[in-house]
Amino acid sequence: MNPELINILSSIIANATPLVIAGIGETISERSGVTNLSLDGSLQLSAMVGFAAALATGNILLGCFVGMLVGALIALIVVAGNIELRQDQVALGFVLTLLCADIAQFLGQDLSGERAITMPRVNVPLLADIPIIGPIFFQHTAIVYVSYALIFGVWWWMFHTRGGLALRASGDRPETAFARGTRVNRLRYFYTILGGALVGLGGAAFSLAIKPGWSNPPAMRGEGWIALAIVIFGGWHPFRVVLGAYLFAVLRALASAIQRSPDIDFPLVLLNLLPWLLMIGTLVLVSSGVVDRLLRLLPERAQKWTRNFLRSDPPTALGTRFDP
Amino acid sequence: MKQHPALRVLYVIIPVLVSLAVTSALVIAVGESPFEVFEKLWEGAFRNTESVAGVVNFWIPLALACMGLIITFTAGLWNIGMEGQIMMGALFASWAARTIQLPPELLVPIELIIAALGGAFWGFVVGVLKTRFGVHEIFGGVGLNALVSVYAIYLISGPWRQPEGGNAQSTEPFPANALLNPMSDVFPVSLIALLITVAAILVVIWILRGTRWGLNLKATGKNPRSALLLGVPTTRSTLSAFMACGLLAGLAGAYRVLFTYDSLRPNVSGGIGFLALLVVLLVGIRPLWAPIIAFVFAAILAGSTRLRVSLQLDSSLAGVLQGTLVLVVLLFNGLRQRLTEARPASAAPAAHTSSTVSAPTSGSEGAAS
Repeated sequence: MNPELINILSSIIANATPLVIAGIGETISERSGVTNLSLDGSLQLSAMVGFAAALATGNILLGCFVGMLVGALIALIVVAGNIELRQDQVALGFVLTLLCADIAQFLGQDLSGERAITMPRVNVPLLADIPIIGPIFFQHTAIVYVSYALIFGVWWWMFHTRGGLALRASGDRPETAFARGTRVNRLRYFYTILGGALVGLGGAAFSLAIKPGWSNPPAMRGEGWIALAIVIFGGWHPFRVVLGAYLFAVLRALASAIQRSPDIDFPLVLLNLLPWLLMIGTLVLVSSGVVDRLLRLLPERAQKWTRNFLRSDPPTALGTRFDP
Repeated sequence: MKQHPALRVLYVIIPVLVSLAVTSALVIAVGESPFEVFEKLWEGAFRNTESVAGVVNFWIPLALACMGLIITFTAGLWNIGMEGQIMMGALFASWAARTIQLPPELLVPIELIIAALGGAFWGFVVGVLKTRFGVHEIFGGVGLNALVSVYAIYLISGPWRQPEGGNAQSTEPFPANALLNPMSDVFPVSLIALLITVAAILVVIWILRGTRWGLNLKATGKNPRSALLLGVPTTRSTLSAFMACGLLAGLAGAYRVLFTYDSLRPNVSGGIGFLALLVVLLVGIRPLWAPIIAFVFAAILAGSTRLRVSLQLDSSLAGVLQGTLVLVVLLFNGLRQRLTEARPASAAPAAHTSSTVSAPTSGSEGAAS
């Protein structure tokens, strides 16, 4: 395989990482029944604060930790405001999105242009030496490996443990779960805060590893909305959410390849339409029943399997408050 | 049970104080004095008639947007696409101002109508995505916002580019006969736009209080399923709410290009659509309060432009102040409801005191449909 292609594929994996981590985080909290709509602002604020902390102390790990703390705190406001104070999750999330973006821009005004510190690249022993696969997947910064671990860890927890069953039950059938002894609201607290912390880690991954530094307006503006859409596209399943994140990164890489190629005459600015057209397009695809109609064309046996794979029903109780 | 007047004043003062405290903390964090910042904010908004006119120039599009959003909120819709609808209005108005050549008495009304249609069209797209394709209006809206904003940048840097040597950040100024006129030099505000805004406020209040359409919107917003069973055309209500909202958004966009900037710029809406959402969250669906709160927010916005000039501070501080205020009000209202319910004696009139429900109920159905 030619080295340039391997390079591109490897950068796709890296570029998708913040979206992967944030998407997984949001999947966890939505599975427990809480929509954390503040993603766009949370990502920006945690990226800014994480970068500032790392800059001040010279410690990247601390930067990531502070980013997670910020994300968790924002999620705490959403979930506590919803459970204790009975405010709408969407309303709280929306206000927080705007507020956090503004706070990030205000507090980060002197940070733009500061010399970026970057996570070191770590090659995984043995695996990094495998031809093709090694350079694509295992010669990255540490945060990328964290995202791999998260993907499989969360999937395993969600579908193969009792704890994961309780998590899904509190998002799908909170009354039933409660009747069986699950403390629904306590779980919602836990998973929303955990999900928020992951969103914060995604933000820190932006400013400390993938696009190091901070600029005004921040480069990751809008990413949070895409992450939210990816969760829907992914049907609230960790694997498909991650697939969506990588798909987005692939299409962006394609766009920038077009941008660089001299043969194609296309207004560069209009390429920025692509992620958004894609977002609307994929949502139409999974929400409108088009998929169902296409499925009927398939042979019977394949139908069931594909339908299961493409299933994208939201957790039944998503966004509703549960009063025991 | 009537609440003690002093108590009700307290309910307003506490959130304001908390949000001022949070904002002050941030100002101190960047090494400035909060008092100086608030003084500059006030000066920026109210130092003379001209600066007050600046506030009104923010208020006009903001109030139009708020009244539009009240319609969609009543119908239980989260119209985050507001920002894009304003941009679309601005785009359509710019197109008309650049292409049509007529005396101003004819041209300006035509521009406004075209802009309103543009906004309504973009609102319609959000509505169709929701009703026909099942895409939640939050995501449809966010996507459409980005689309129109990218397209505007494309127009400014491409087909509508200024001739060599011109500013790359805007189109050429529109011809004078295409612009709205200020009513006087000391108070540069467009009289026509002011009258339209006042009319829009009254019309929206009337629609919601006294028309069948308004009733349908309310029914759709409260409980779409039972409304449908009772014979309310919910799909039509949803679509018409989006279009009516887009109509007002389009007018707001037209004001931004035909008066505020005299040309099309990237990000011409300047976040007014999002700000209007905050205002409406704050006032709930009580249309009378929206223009008043909109005025306060417009003053903060206008005042913040002075922060950069005099203190080299980022004007996003305005957003911080407004955002914290809304957040604290939401949380504080919840706290208040809980406290009133906790006392059994006052449990009965809880329905009256809980006039703070601000979000449409169906908005909480989650991120997808």
